[in-house]
Amino acid sequence: MGKLVNKPKYTMMERAYLPEIARGLGVSMRHFFKNTFSRRSKSEIVTVNYPEEKRIYPDRFRGVHRLTHRDDGSPRCVACLCCSTACPAQCIHIEPAEYDTSDPRYGYERFPKVFVIDELRCIFCGYCVEACPCDAIRMDTGVHVPPSTDRAHFIFDKEVLMSIPGADGTYESENPRHEPGDPSHPGLTRNHGH
Amino acid sequence: MDSFLLLSTAAKIGFALAIIFSFAPVLIWAERRQSAMMQDRVGPVRANIKLFGINITLFGLLHPLADALKLIFKEDFVPPKADKFLHALAPIISLVPAISVFAVIPFGDVFYPELWNQHFSMDLVGPATRGTPLQIASLNVGILFIFGIAGTGVVGAAIAGYSSNNKYSLLGGIRAAGQMVSYEVTLGMSLVGCFMVYDSLLLEDMVHWQMAHMWGVMAQPIAFFVFFTAAIAETKRIPFDVPEGESEIVGGYFTEYSGMKFGMFFMGEFVEVVTSSAILITLFFGGYHMPFLNAGGWDFSFQAFGHVYLENAQIALQHWGVTLIEVVTWVLKLSLMIWFQLMIRWSLPRFRYDQIMALCWKVLLPLSLLNILITGLVIIWNNS
Ligand code: SF4
Ligand code: SF4
Repeated sequence: MGKLVNKPKYTMMERAYLPEIARGLGVSMRHFFKNTFSRRSKSEIVTVNYPEEKRIYPDRFRGVHRLTHRDDGSPRCVACLCCSTACPAQCIHIEPAEYDTSDPRYGYERFPKVFVIDELRCIFCGYCVEACPCDAIRMDTGVHVPPSTDRAHFIFDKEVLMSIPGADGTYESENPRHEPGDPSHPGLTRNHGH
Repeated sequence: MDSFLLLSTAAKIGFALAIIFSFAPVLIWAERRQSAMMQDRVGPVRANIKLFGINITLFGLLHPLADALKLIFKEDFVPPKADKFLHALAPIISLVPAISVFAVIPFGDVFYPELWNQHFSMDLVGPATRGTPLQIASLNVGILFIFGIAGTGVVGAAIAGYSSNNKYSLLGGIRAAGQMVSYEVTLGMSLVGCFMVYDSLLLEDMVHWQMAHMWGVMAQPIAFFVFFTAAIAETKRIPFDVPEGESEIVGGYFTEYSGMKFGMFFMGEFVEVVTSSAILITLFFGGYHMPFLNAGGWDFSFQAFGHVYLENAQIALQHWGVTLIEVVTWVLKLSLMIWFQLMIRWSLPRFRYDQIMALCWKVLLPLSLLNILITGLVIIWNNS
């Protein structure tokens, strides 16, 4: 069934178009003369001089990625590949590795030997952040990927990703982590099953 | 060809070219700066020269310079399957007519170099006094030359669209051609009323008529409105910019142009704005005419209600002074006209293609025909 679209009713004056053009020109001329011949205060200018002045981004702004740290400075990431699986641009490349057998984390989780994000391919959708079960990857840095003339500069590896702090300046995440050996740790390992 | 003719013509061509090629870059700046002022923005401030630690931006006047540098050094890409010759020819074809129209535009009255420091009056002009009209060529076809030359501008757009071997370009070229050919008709028709009033096709005669009677915009308001609209449509700028459209046909007929070839289209657009403004002020705003100024100087006396006011308010000026004021007046009027065109370009939303065609064939053309009828009736009524 068709839907009736209510078209706005125009008066004769509006349909004649010319008076409306004159009115529109009047508006733009008013702005033109005011802006040209009087000093403008900062608040009257609707644009900003970008690199020198910046607008404050909302908290949920998705900036460049960072890998969050554990208390001992190693990456929180457990190399589960959830993020690279979720990534629609397929720009995350992870090579997982096992911890040393003497490490209490051995058999419980892995770590990323290589963690690379191609920031040029990334579409900043934030799916990787959604997918991560460990709060290891975040986009809360509040900054853009810095510009460069070299494509190689946009391939961010693990070291680079871990060197970017969050907008609050910390490298950690406020969500607690339960390291193996902590009293709060559930104590399960891959070998012992659930 | 004697040397006086040669020299004066060369000087006039130099002046006209200087006007065109200084207005075009300044227009690029004006368009940015003016639109910024209209939209409460900052405007161009980035291009700067650092001198002794001070950034000189000149209100963004350096931007056209940076533009030119960029365009010159940019890769000039020609699509592999394009027609190389036509592809290179098209920007030239669209730029040259816009410039050559300037040949018949008068920017001052007849100048007699021998009498430059005298108080001019017609009695001083003997048979041996050589004068030169401040106009490159006084053609007896006058305004028809403008139509003829400006009409070839459409060929440039069409060829550009055709030779690029790109569907978007072709569509843009066809749109441009359709729009320009349609408005060409209106453009010519709207001026027939003016020809009847001015009784001449010569642009200098038109200016003289306006000096003696009144400005064309008062004598022929409908013709002015129709011609103005059609002239904007001929320049293919907003609100008539359908030959290009990022959301539908990319860049239109110059999609496949880059580097300085694109720069020529870019500049051709601005030159067209300058020339159409020059034609407009010549036809409707008295050209170089300054109110109260005649060949001898200022004369502020005027007659109203059967009484002459300010009878003795006269300031005699030497011939060069009068000529200078006329040329400056012309340049000022030209700048104002261009300013107004930019004002329109940044105020109005673009028309749909069918609206453009409907406006041309259903509104403007009948209006100009009506104008001819009314003008004819008024002239007959006045003469009887
Ligand atoms: S933001 Fe989206 S595209 Fe970018 S890395 Fe994460 S999942 Fe991939
Ligand atoms: S960042 Fe998160 S989702 Fe990606 S591999 Fe590491 S733990 Fe898994």
